Amino acid sequence: MISLKEVRHIAALARLSITKKEEEKLGKDLSAILDYIEKLKKVDISEIKETSHPTSIKNIMRADEASKFKKKLTDGHLKVKSILR
Amino acid sequence: MILTELTITRAHQGLKKKEFSAVELVKSHLDNIKKKDKEIHAFLTLAEDLALAQARAVDEKIAKSEELDILAGVPCAIKDIFMVEGVRCTAGSKILENYVAPYDATVVRKLKDGGAIILGKVNTDEFTMGSSGENSAFGPTKNPHDLTRVAGGSSSGSAAAVAGNMAIFSLGTDTGGSIRLPASFCGIVGLKPTYGAVSRYGEIAFASSLDQAGPMAKTVEDCRIVFDAIKGQDKFDSTSVTQPLSHSATKPINDLVIGVPKEYFIKGINPDVEKLVKGAIYKYEKAGAKIVEVSLPHTEYALPCYYIIAPSEASANLARYDGIKYGFSAEGKDLMDVYLKSRGQGFGPEVRKRIILGTYALSSGYYEAYYKRAQKVRTKVIEDFNNAFKKVDIIITPTSPILPFKIGEKIDDPLSMYLVDVYTVSINLAGLPALSVPCGKVRHLPVGLQIIGKYFGENQIFEAAAFSEILA
Repeated sequence: MISLKEVRHIAALARLSITKKEEEKLGKDLSAILDYIEKLKKVDISEIKETSHPTSIKNIMRADEASKFKKKLTDGHLKVKSILR
Repeated sequence: MILTELTITRAHQGLKKKEFSAVELVKSHLDNIKKKDKEIHAFLTLAEDLALAQARAVDEKIAKSEELDILAGVPCAIKDIFMVEGVRCTAGSKILENYVAPYDATVVRKLKDGGAIILGKVNTDEFTMGSSGENSAFGPTKNPHDLTRVAGGSSSGSAAAVAGNMAIFSLGTDTGGSIRLPASFCGIVGLKPTYGAVSRYGEIAFASSLDQAGPMAKTVEDCRIVFDAIKGQDKFDSTSVTQPLSHSATKPINDLVIGVPKEYFIKGINPDVEKLVKGAIYKYEKAGAKIVEVSLPHTEYALPCYYIIAPSEASANLARYDGIKYGFSAEGKDLMDVYLKSRGQGFGPEVRKRIILGTYALSSGYYEAYYKRAQKVRTKVIEDFNNAFKKVDIIITPTSPILPFKIGEKIDDPLSMYLVDVYTVSINLAGLPALSVPCGKVRHLPVGLQIIGKYFGENQIFEAAAFSEILA
């Protein structure tokens, strides 16, 4: 069971505004899904390595070269919302 | 001759023999879209001008008797998750409602290079999260075989456009069944290739270790043609790989050993679906294939495993939609407020639910219990397939346990909706290729047969699927 307080906390971490009504529906749905997921505890995973990727390739990199910035700039700056208050 | 009923191969012959022009072929499809799509709602954006310009270029080539690629002049529909330069790309979401793609996805570039004609962008569950198509912010796509029923998702528009003769083929994506399920529900052929066989560059990400682009078409042969056109290693996608040549050899039906997993025929499967699928398997046996029962003991854990891994990856991938960099932006008093409101209002309920689920699974204190455990179970699911494929060449199952359901029937019950994908998700966890091919109908509703191959065993899948197609 996931509490409404937890739902609010996770929503804030995920940067999502949710309404009061939605909190309850989400709490209910998430609890049902998490109960279902509990099933995984029945699998013996001792000495099993985790798979993060289905193919075994890794770390294929290109050369790290700067490319030209294409956004429109104002006096050499990109305008965004203020961060500091 | 009805131009909208043609396959790729037949359209290609007709264009070459000048039975009709590419412009005529494109116009007949555009007319069909205008006539039928008000009801079906497969298309989100029509690229009429672009399509006609492309068609005229192909006709000029034909007039000059230049060499004609197999896809040249063939009209297609692109799932609204792939970038087509200069065309709106919504991912089925309000948050990208007015986003215009600045470049072509690699698969789109390859189709354009082959002369294929892009008619427009087609509907999808928001960010491809769904099994019915109902999670699109722009309304559901209806099943051309029964307008009261879902087309299946998430590639709902891709399947309905082909089934409704509004495009000759289409592109879809498959993270947990999103190509195969709608293909099955709409009675067409859809392939989820081996993970990495087709580039994901320019495909809006849902769950990067599972996402795979693939073809949807009227026939197995057409599916193979499109797959051959879009596959291959791409320098813009470091997870893409070239198909090893050693895997291109195939066995004829009478040499095949076919595995049938016992875990896929248990309670919950519609008895009419089961009958059709078993009937199809029997036809392989009669043709000389050896049928072997195999066990994939971790099948029941695949779906819960998927519902940790996919939302976790999604919560990270969708962090980029912050109300600043792309499309929709809500007014807010400060930056945090802009983030909260843009994401809260821009994402639909299912996407918000999965972001929250993924954020929960990855959050401090839960990571080991959920995400890491799921990744270990994923290894077990893969081992099951590796063991089975030591004994068999392909595995055959139903694509879905149920028939296309009514619009609205499952939307309020997340678990019953998720269970629709119970036969398809393990294949994504393992990264294997699998195709859905029609194997008959229950009343007027299509049923799909799922053929699962070894890594890069697409050719063997096509060979086996073509046999089933002839008999269906």
